[in-house]
Amino acid sequence: MLIELKNVSHIYADDFQGTEALKNINLKIRDHEFIGLVGHTGSGKSTLVQLLNGLIKPSSGSVIIDGVNITEEKTGLLGIRRKIGLVFQYPEHQLFEETVFGDVAFGPRNLGLSEEEVEVRVRESLELVGLDYEEFKDRSPFNLSGGQQRKVAIAGVLAMKPEVLILDEPSAGLDPQGRQQLISLLEYLYNKKGMTIILVSHRMEEIAHLANRVIVMSEGEIIFDDNPAKVFSEVERIRELGLDLPEITEILWRLNRKGLKVRTDIFSLAEAVEEISRELRGSEIC
Amino acid sequence: MALIELRGVDFSYNEMEAPALKNINLTVEAGEFVSIIGGNGSGKSTLAKLLNVLLVPSAGEVIIDGMNTADEENWLKIRQKIGMVFQNPDNQLVATRVEDDVAFGPENLGIPSPEIRKRVDKALEAVGMERFKDYPPHNLSGGQKQRVAIAGIIAMEPECIVLDEPTAMLDPQGRKEVMETIHFLNKEKGITIIHITHFMEETVGADRIIVMNQGSIHKTGSPLEIFREIDDLKKLGLDVPLVVEMAHELRKKGIKIPDILSINELVDSLCS
Repeated sequence: MLIELKNVSHIYADDFQGTEALKNINLKIRDHEFIGLVGHTGSGKSTLVQLLNGLIKPSSGSVIIDGVNITEEKTGLLGIRRKIGLVFQYPEHQLFEETVFGDVAFGPRNLGLSEEEVEVRVRESLELVGLDYEEFKDRSPFNLSGGQQRKVAIAGVLAMKPEVLILDEPSAGLDPQGRQQLISLLEYLYNKKGMTIILVSHRMEEIAHLANRVIVMSEGEIIFDDNPAKVFSEVERIRELGLDLPEITEILWRLNRKGLKVRTDIFSLAEAVEEISRELRGSEIC
Repeated sequence: MALIELRGVDFSYNEMEAPALKNINLTVEAGEFVSIIGGNGSGKSTLAKLLNVLLVPSAGEVIIDGMNTADEENWLKIRQKIGMVFQNPDNQLVATRVEDDVAFGPENLGIPSPEIRKRVDKALEAVGMERFKDYPPHNLSGGQKQRVAIAGIIAMEPECIVLDEPTAMLDPQGRKEVMETIHFLNKEKGITIIHITHFMEETVGADRIIVMNQGSIHKTGSPLEIFREIDDLKKLGLDVPLVVEMAHELRKKGIKIPDILSINELVDSLCS
């Protein structure tokens, strides 16, 4: 499924200063990409994400999903929302049903699926996020821990079987273990389920580790759109934009400036350790 | 006398479920900067809420500056001494102008107006937000909102501020602003800080780290002591700052690196 944005600009109707939240964005997202979307607060990331799922319509330009121009008046958005799942920031704030089952089943039931099919989907989605179906299905979502609530909310989106999954800061507020579980889930959905994933995150190490394409936004525009190694080699520019580098990149980059000629396009700890020790053995001076 | 003392504290939200805290013994001296880490559900937030009497222990005692939180007569005084800052800045701001928001607490204490004026100015200056005093809070960034929330607490002139994941909802810039602010308040204003976080790298500047696990204090120690035990922390579902782990892995390769906690220290030790 191809997602295409053509000359998209957006000004929020209630913004009397007329600030363009998005300025003439052109973008193509293809099947089975893992996109990391980064930018300072207010850079336009969230606006972009809401356009992709038809939650808002752009002031000008068109959004074409799977050949259908969703910016045209008559286009039904239900089909789009089925194909493109959006996990909002703090999605657990939107849990509302009395049981975990009811919450995850809400979307599939709205699709008019049979109760048997709904149950299959709820079971599958809960297992995907690592919650045991029998143990959790009858519990109240409000008595779960924050991390478990987050999982239930994500399961609710997965139960719609979207082709594209968009997640806005899904690891915010999770403990290190919860974060690790989420990263494993995203890897699984991408590698085994073949989903297209768009991840919005301030955690550059997550982005560098997971994404094969990084889009950097600032003031409503796309500043970089390339693979992680290329994007994170733009050290000065990334800093100017008020963003962090992945910590490993930061370390390698500083070592490099001090004269230890290590590569800086490495994003895994094991490889970075290998590179530093190799280089240290090679040169006595640093 | 310690500022905060917990003796054999248990706490249960619900008799049917496992207690949230079990036999907590803890002392915090005035002027300390203490970070608390632990997985979701380890009891960190419950512990925080016991300190300014949002909760009262099911067993044991919480003593704040000599006052027992079990005694209702002490509650107001304790809440003046111990201020709390929560995760979501939007839930903590009530007024339409920044300075009104900061004045809200002292006004409720019945403090005379000229004194409030002084306190508000001082508090906004302490968090670096004096230029924004006439702004509507909703126009501020997350980090700025959180600093205003902290100013509202400072205006009450507390001896201690308890912050429960104050940076969880912020971007990197906002996180940095908040961390710099609370270190400034600790060093320059002598305010005791109790800081709960999931960001391990935020704890390296603390005097002491408390590691919580399943309602108990697993261990306490300096950042160097705590992060030396990488495997132990990982078993609890926690982590160490990446730079500490990198140094650990480099040592395994035979590279001599002293104890380090920051990128600067690592880079200096490798390039000297």
